[in-house]
Amino acid sequence: MTLFLVALGLCAAAAVAGATFPRGSRVVVSSVLGSLGCLIAFSVALRILLTGDTVTFHTAQVLPMTGVSLTLDPLGAWFVLASSFVGVATCLYNVGYARGAMASRSALSLFMVFVLSLLVVPSASSIMTLMFAWELMALSSLLLILTDQARHPDARSAALWYGVMTQLGAASILLGLLVMTSNGSGQNFADLSAHSSTLSPVTRSFAFVLVLLGFASKAGAVPLHVWLPKAHPEAPSPVSALMSSSMVAMGIYGIIRVGEGLLHGGTVWWWIAVALLGVVSAFYGALHATTSTDLKRLLAYSTIDIIGLVLIGVGAAGALADSGQPVISRLAMSAALLLVVAHAAFKGALFLAAGAVERATATRNLDLLGGLIHTMPVTALVVALSAGAIMAVPTLSGFSSEWLLLQGLLHGFSVVSTPTVIVMLLGVIALALTGGLTAVAFVKAFGIGFLGQSRSSGAAQAHEVSKFMTLAMGWLVIPSVVIGVMPGLFVPLLDRAASSALGTSTVSPFTRGAGLEVAQLSGAIQPAAILIGLVAVMVIVWALNQALAQRRARRVDAWGCGRDWQTPRMQYTATSFAEPLQRVFADVLRPQSDVEVTHVAESRYYEQSLVYENRVADILEARGYRPIIAVALRVGQFARRLQNGSIHRYLAFGFVALLVILVVVG
Amino acid sequence: MTGTISIYAVVATLLQVVMVALGAPLLVGIMAKVKARAEGRVGAPINQPLRDLRKLLTKERLHARHASVVLVIAPMLIMASTVVAVAISPLVSTHPLLGSSADILVIVYLLLTGSAAAALAGLDPGTAFGGMGSSRAMTIGALAEPAFLVAVIALSIQSGSSNLPSIMVSTLAHPQWVLGPSRLLALGALLIVVIAETGRIPVDNPSTHLELTMIHEAMILEYAGPELALVTLGETMRLGLLFSLLANLFLPWGIATHSSTLSLVAGVVSLALKTVLIALGVALIEVRSAKLRLFRLPELLAGGFVLSVLAVVTGLVTR
Repeated sequence: MTLFLVALGLCAAAAVAGATFPRGSRVVVSSVLGSLGCLIAFSVALRILLTGDTVTFHTAQVLPMTGVSLTLDPLGAWFVLASSFVGVATCLYNVGYARGAMASRSALSLFMVFVLSLLVVPSASSIMTLMFAWELMALSSLLLILTDQARHPDARSAALWYGVMTQLGAASILLGLLVMTSNGSGQNFADLSAHSSTLSPVTRSFAFVLVLLGFASKAGAVPLHVWLPKAHPEAPSPVSALMSSSMVAMGIYGIIRVGEGLLHGGTVWWWIAVALLGVVSAFYGALHATTSTDLKRLLAYSTIDIIGLVLIGVGAAGALADSGQPVISRLAMSAALLLVVAHAAFKGALFLAAGAVERATATRNLDLLGGLIHTMPVTALVVALSAGAIMAVPTLSGFSSEWLLLQGLLHGFSVVSTPTVIVMLLGVIALALTGGLTAVAFVKAFGIGFLGQSRSSGAAQAHEVSKFMTLAMGWLVIPSVVIGVMPGLFVPLLDRAASSALGTSTVSPFTRGAGLEVAQLSGAIQPAAILIGLVAVMVIVWALNQALAQRRARRVDAWGCGRDWQTPRMQYTATSFAEPLQRVFADVLRPQSDVEVTHVAESRYYEQSLVYENRVADILEARGYRPIIAVALRVGQFARRLQNGSIHRYLAFGFVALLVILVVVG
Repeated sequence: MTGTISIYAVVATLLQVVMVALGAPLLVGIMAKVKARAEGRVGAPINQPLRDLRKLLTKERLHARHASVVLVIAPMLIMASTVVAVAISPLVSTHPLLGSSADILVIVYLLLTGSAAAALAGLDPGTAFGGMGSSRAMTIGALAEPAFLVAVIALSIQSGSSNLPSIMVSTLAHPQWVLGPSRLLALGALLIVVIAETGRIPVDNPSTHLELTMIHEAMILEYAGPELALVTLGETMRLGLLFSLLANLFLPWGIATHSSTLSLVAGVVSLALKTVLIALGVALIEVRSAKLRLFRLPELLAGGFVLSVLAVVTGLVTR
């Protein structure tokens, strides 16, 4: 535990260094301290997962009245593993990235506070510590979104959405946790867990629903997701990377910790609700990712998609545990947890790469990019591998986790209860549907953004970003490859985290080996062998191709229908690439297209200019949230009439209120 | 399904790869011949696709001016993903090398990897046609992939495993499953998927070169010479794989289940017979139907998806 405290201390020191050091050195000093802290936290988490120990720490000195309680068990350590790994990369990235507003004292120090809070949330073991770290995480990230508001005017509205949603969520979580203490169990997680069985079932369900609302909104589950595709893209890229890979994972962590850890699983319908949230999120996120043209918005929607799959896994695990299937439940939980870590790495890498693209081209609109593979080869490779992982290309990390999830769901079919089986079926359908849609989204992101010819002068003049940034992106590609090729390496750690999450000690569902092998359930994959096969075939094909070729390939103009005049504007754009799918799913997406034709004065048969606009708004925001906001504003306007600035009226209000209280109490 | 490598597993794997690599172009040739005869033409000899491939191998390599390394890697990736899928799938024998990894998800995502590589290669030269082909191919792929996955999952319910050899072995042990309602629904779904994934009429017309209607041809327009041969061979082998899987998942009889030379021979012969029958059937569908408009395709593919979901539901209800 001491070592973990050292890690937290280093992150705090990094925050202080960021706020105090002079301009020339503060980025480097705070980044070095921060990445060192994250590396130590990583090693601590790894050791806990290897040994299965649980370490605790309590001090009354830091927070008044309650003190700070920290506990790292394998479940918490699994999430610390993810946050700290991404934390190292973002600190490193910041050395090359931070300039202007991001290199200011406030931004650097807030960034380190954000990293610190992401390490404390999964290790907090009392309500006060958790909520303190939670708010630290929310507020620091909120302020970080506003860092560069001078250049990103949309950041203000994004921050407002985020601020309201996260504070409502935090209130809901706090209320839920307080409801759990209504039996006088105190605020430590150990006591809460020991006494939660004395709560009435209704109280427990009420508490779970409140907590679920808060955590699900942080995780970005549809329909509580509206802030996410606004806030994640507007933040500076290292912050986006942390938000999208680690902060959403904290929502998942909260659901598991409270639902499974403190409330011991509750009843089946809780988990059915979680899985249904997941099904809706996965489909909605994947669909919007295919039609987004803003690179970072696309990534944000794909986060909603993957979080949906994680929620399906968590929900399936809970439902299976309550249906008397502990082994399959542990399998589903392992799938969800592996996907969390795999997602943290590849989504972190993709957001950092998006930041590199934005830095190099001054835009993140895919319709203005193109041809970046020639000028930014390293970034292109990072995006290709990470996109491959998210598309679940076999032998990359997304595939291993989705395969585990499918195994959990398929074997969940053996449960007798109908609602659970229906949820499993919906989970399988969501997994199948999102697979194809994710492929479209990321073929588009890579194919339009990095291949072809550049569609703007910014993209044409791009050049590769600094060594620190490419190094940080490369660091985040490692897990995508290693988890994909050798998932067996992670099975012991994963299994420990999953069993700690479910609080059960059943037999492990896994057989140990290099690949993934599920004991008793006749399911196995050997990604390493598949990779050897793929590489062997590619080498043979390459060798044959070389042997057959008489000379080097000749460069010729692309075929242009007989005319040798082709401009980059004739290429497909991200919008046109996704147009067929947008048309297929028009009922869900409700796209709005406008064509505006201006004719020349002389004749209506000739056009002077043509403006085509295509917008895909978030339908849930427009139909669900806007009316609520309108009502809230109207109530606010009405309440304003009470406040006319007259001191006499305010005194009268006070007097009447006092009278009412006296009457009611008396 | 242990990890020990037997000589028969190696032979079966090699047989499968060679058979699909040489046999799939013949299947395409047979389909072209049947169509020609049905339309009153003589048609090219059935080994024409193989001759085309040989001719392409001797041609010069040409690369579009703005293309990147992706144009060179994509054919290799298409070939690699298809060959590995062919090698590990139970086509001739239920015990090929790595048969234990021949999971539904592995095969589906290997094929999806090949499609994604082809789509990226279409976008690489930065032309209008390439983008159009890629966009359409990915749209169709995105709608066909779920139906494929869910239809095979419907088959896995009865056998309790998503491993393809296990599905076939348990079907051999329970012949009464073949005519169950769930199987028939899944068969309908898979047939639609196979037609969509192999780009046959009514989804795509493999012999068209009219720019605005073509899908796959538009995507690979910039390929020439040996690289075009690789892409075409990869696509043809994918057709061979899908036909073989369709045959073996529903009527696995004839596939070699144990290690003897005789059963391997029987596996080869039965696979050839079954795939030729499927090719004849698909060719007849092609003769009898017109190509659908692009924006009518989602209805067909959604129909396939609904069939596959119904197959799973029926499978769960009747198990």
